[in-house]
Amino acid sequence: MTRIGLIRLVVVIVAVGALELACRLGLINHNVIIPPSEMASALWTLLASGTLNAEIERTLGMIALVIAISIAAGFAIGCVIHALPRVREALDPFFATYYAVPVFIFYPVLIAIFGLSIMPIVLIGVATAVVAMIIATLNGLDRVPRVLAKVARVHRLGRIATALQLQLPAAAPYLFTGVKLSVSYGFIAVIAAEFILAPAGLGRDISEAYADFDNRRMYALILFILIVATLVNAVLHGFDMRLAQRRSGGRA
Amino acid sequence: MTATRRAADTLVILFALLVSWELLHKIAGETALPAPLPTLVYLLHNLTTPRFLANLTTTALELGYALILSYGIGLAIGVWMGAHRLSGAVGEPILVSLYSLPKITLYPVVLLMFGLGISGKVAFGALHGILPVALLTMGAIRTIPQVYLRSARTMQLSPWQTIAHVLLPAALPEIFTGLRIGFTVTLLGVLLGEMFASKEGLGSMIMNAVQLLQGEEMMMVAIVLFAFAAIANGLLLWIEHRLHRRV
Repeated sequence: MTRIGLIRLVVVIVAVGALELACRLGLINHNVIIPPSEMASALWTLLASGTLNAEIERTLGMIALVIAISIAAGFAIGCVIHALPRVREALDPFFATYYAVPVFIFYPVLIAIFGLSIMPIVLIGVATAVVAMIIATLNGLDRVPRVLAKVARVHRLGRIATALQLQLPAAAPYLFTGVKLSVSYGFIAVIAAEFILAPAGLGRDISEAYADFDNRRMYALILFILIVATLVNAVLHGFDMRLAQRRSGGRA
Repeated sequence: MTATRRAADTLVILFALLVSWELLHKIAGETALPAPLPTLVYLLHNLTTPRFLANLTTTALELGYALILSYGIGLAIGVWMGAHRLSGAVGEPILVSLYSLPKITLYPVVLLMFGLGISGKVAFGALHGILPVALLTMGAIRTIPQVYLRSARTMQLSPWQTIAHVLLPAALPEIFTGLRIGFTVTLLGVLLGEMFASKEGLGSMIMNAVQLLQGEEMMMVAIVLFAFAAIANGLLLWIEHRLHRRV
């Protein structure tokens, strides 16, 4: 491990340790934050009991569905828009503003329309995540070097072969940025929707545990979601690094 | 010519949005989603009611306080991590992974610490805003040409003078990008806070409207928030472009 990585680890350990100490010494009220060790043991008990399995399946499955739809639809829509310059020009200001307006405020509206089911959650998740993928696809296709079109002609490649063998690899890093953002947004939107108002799911479990003053359960669930989100982000980050390394010919 | 064409295209898309709203209204029914025109009429009639104004003021106040915290703390962390290489190298991945977490899971913790009143929502808004402001400020300060810092040292400027007269002016356009994104996510944080366990503010107003099946009110609040966020973002973007051209 590098020196900087070591320092980072120490910083994190000291921070968690300080929180543990402050809780144990009573500097932080037990009703506000429980010691991290208790969070971990509560999570362990909860996971071992198996009562959480259905909720985990439901929430993670929904997030996976949202991400899959967002990536597939975002890529397809991005390709179509890229082929229609006039439409794209008209849509550009909307894309530029999209993440500046609180789209999530439409979640209750979706509940009013579709009722309290998984439909509003999936829709708000896709609405949050899909535009990042569209923008990334447009960016990626923009950056495909013009010379590749000539290469394709020289090699007499068909349209599909050009797309698969030349354009897709050239756009891949930008597409991956879109994937990363979609994953992150999908996570955030689904959990937030469940937390605010939903029939079931981990997010709703947290808000219920909060309402019941069940701090052990609440912190166990929070810890679980934070761990899963961090792991997923770390995997994507690692993949991103490898992509960057490959692009620079292994020199990075 | 191109400007008018672009404006026309934008209008066409706005019109398409209105049409799809109307279609959705036809499918969903009157109580779930009212038609565009009655909603606009309702909006114009109710923009000045005391109840709406009170909620608007609450949200504005919360956003204001949350922005002061986001900008203050975010800039402090960003300048520190940008100027001090080791802190930046150690801290950046930590900040990045915190940034991509679903912060809503931490809202109960914020509520337990700060209570159900205005301070909880302010803290939650700030929690959203601090990280992007800090990250973009750090990036901005890191990309300042070394020669500026060397000249600051040659002129024997104190650390504070270096920050005030060299670092901040040189990094201003990029820092401003951070402030703009910070504004967006702080607003989102405040609204999310209001949507859960809150009795005041536009976010709680929209939740109430849904529960009472008041479609017009629900859409009215959404439209006002959208318009406000879009205009604010446009304004900040305009300032940002000017700053970029100045440097």
